[in-house]
Amino acid sequence: MRMDWSPIFISMKTASLSIFITFFVGLIVAWGIVKLKNDSIKIVLDGIFTLPIVLPPTVVGFFLLYIFGVRGPIGRFFIDFFTVKIAFSWYATVIAAVVMSFPLMYRSARGAFEQVDSNLLDAGRTLGMSEWKIFWKVLFANALPGIISGGILAFARGLGEFGATAMLAGNIAGQTRTLPMAVYSEVAAGNMGDAFNYVIVIVIISFIAIFIMDFISIRKEKQWKN
Amino acid sequence: MSDKLLKVDIRKELKEFDLDVSFELKHGRLGILGPSGCGKSMTLKSIAGIVDPDEGIISLNTGDETLYFDSKNKINLKPQDRNVGYLFQNYALFPNMTVEENIAIGLSKDEGGNTVSEMIKRFQLEGLEKRYPRQLSGGQQQRVALARIMAYSPDVILLDEPFSAMDTFLKEQLRIELSNSLNDFDGFSIMVTHDRDEAFQFCDELIVLDQGKIIAKGDTYEIFENPKKVQVARLTGCKNISKIEIIDDYHLKSLDWGVTLETSKEISPNITHIGIRAHDFVPASENDVNVLDTTNSTLLEMPFEWQVTLTNGIWWKSDKQIDEHEFVIPEYIKINPKDVILLEE
Repeated sequence: MRMDWSPIFISMKTASLSIFITFFVGLIVAWGIVKLKNDSIKIVLDGIFTLPIVLPPTVVGFFLLYIFGVRGPIGRFFIDFFTVKIAFSWYATVIAAVVMSFPLMYRSARGAFEQVDSNLLDAGRTLGMSEWKIFWKVLFANALPGIISGGILAFARGLGEFGATAMLAGNIAGQTRTLPMAVYSEVAAGNMGDAFNYVIVIVIISFIAIFIMDFISIRKEKQWKN
Repeated sequence: MSDKLLKVDIRKELKEFDLDVSFELKHGRLGILGPSGCGKSMTLKSIAGIVDPDEGIISLNTGDETLYFDSKNKINLKPQDRNVGYLFQNYALFPNMTVEENIAIGLSKDEGGNTVSEMIKRFQLEGLEKRYPRQLSGGQQQRVALARIMAYSPDVILLDEPFSAMDTFLKEQLRIELSNSLNDFDGFSIMVTHDRDEAFQFCDELIVLDQGKIIAKGDTYEIFENPKKVQVARLTGCKNISKIEIIDDYHLKSLDWGVTLETSKEISPNITHIGIRAHDFVPASENDVNVLDTTNSTLLEMPFEWQVTLTNGIWWKSDKQIDEHEFVIPEYIKINPKDVILLEE
């Protein structure tokens, strides 16, 4: 039997788009939380944003299905206005990966932002820099190593996402069958050889991603420190 | 040229106490002296717009008036619009940017190049343009921080304990450097410090803060010579302070030291304490005025002074040469009546 390559493409597409969304949304949400002055709102929001990583993935999937399913509020809305069915489509794999990887990105970015000396931000302000410029040139640039490691973790988490994806996107060959799904399906069907091929691909992709990002962050850090 | 004026009159509720500071500065350098946690930095940060006071007014007049903050009219200018330079305790240089980039960051693209090279020259940073802050010495970092502020040509420069984290040698060097750079600056500068030497050296005028309240305000020399209040005396480095009982207009009894002293100034009824600077004692004979017995004193040798502690707790500091190692404590020392500082609680 010939190997089906579609899970690789689906997974690559899903992981790339989801890390893109997670990265920027995670950054901006983390910034918003760091700037928030009210502690009780901060704690509540932090709890909500962190929840997906604490809950079992199937439970998160259950909630997602509730929201994005054909009878869920957002699922309904998309069917009525755009005639797009989200649940059990490729978009569902992206939504599941974003939601599950978001806490890792958000928490790492927040931690990295909080490590940046607040005097630097105030110095930027007294020097007339706009808040946007301060965010990118001071806060983001100085938190970069922590942000990149958060990005790596979030990417890996998105690539490996299984439970919530199974609930919201299902396991439709050629549409929503990502690599982890494919590994599961092949093993379930007794095709250990094919499963092994998928496993190798996942390991290689993950390793390359980590290598590239680590390389960038180590080089950046060395530049300022020596 | 029109008269310049910086007006600050602010109140802010803090955890430990309420900050209530008001002053006007017409020219030159102001020092804010106080123990740590007295609200000094909070005052500076309010002027810079980093912290918002609860109420009050902050305004700057350099020809025309700019209101930085006015709680009544709900005016609160962003720090970006205040044109105030802030020298942070740790300098707050951006570690991810080179010296050049640090200096240029607040400037627009077209004015950037010229100003940066001008500042590099003025602060003797030639050759360091491409270095990162971590690769610089403490002194170079301070110069970059000042260059970055001056490039932005501020109306006011705020200095937040600029030397507190340094060893003595570096500190003394940088004080001179900073003092020279500020001499070329014709705006206002305000320095916050807990160090009386820095305050004395830098500032024409002084404010002494304690628990958020101003306890002394005026000419620096005047405050050091006549501190008037116990707290101020302590902050300006007066070692010997004692509670007293008034005997008559020119005589009092020290309750802590158990001696009777004569003063040259009339003792008003609100005087509760006296202060005597440790350097003001001189050797004396038994029959002099304001004589103290030095029997059983302890002697401590420092590089440039002898420190004598009398049995009643009084400190006396006597200058010496570095190669001098013998000191015979005179049997009696005295304090000139004019050197007894009268203080209120």
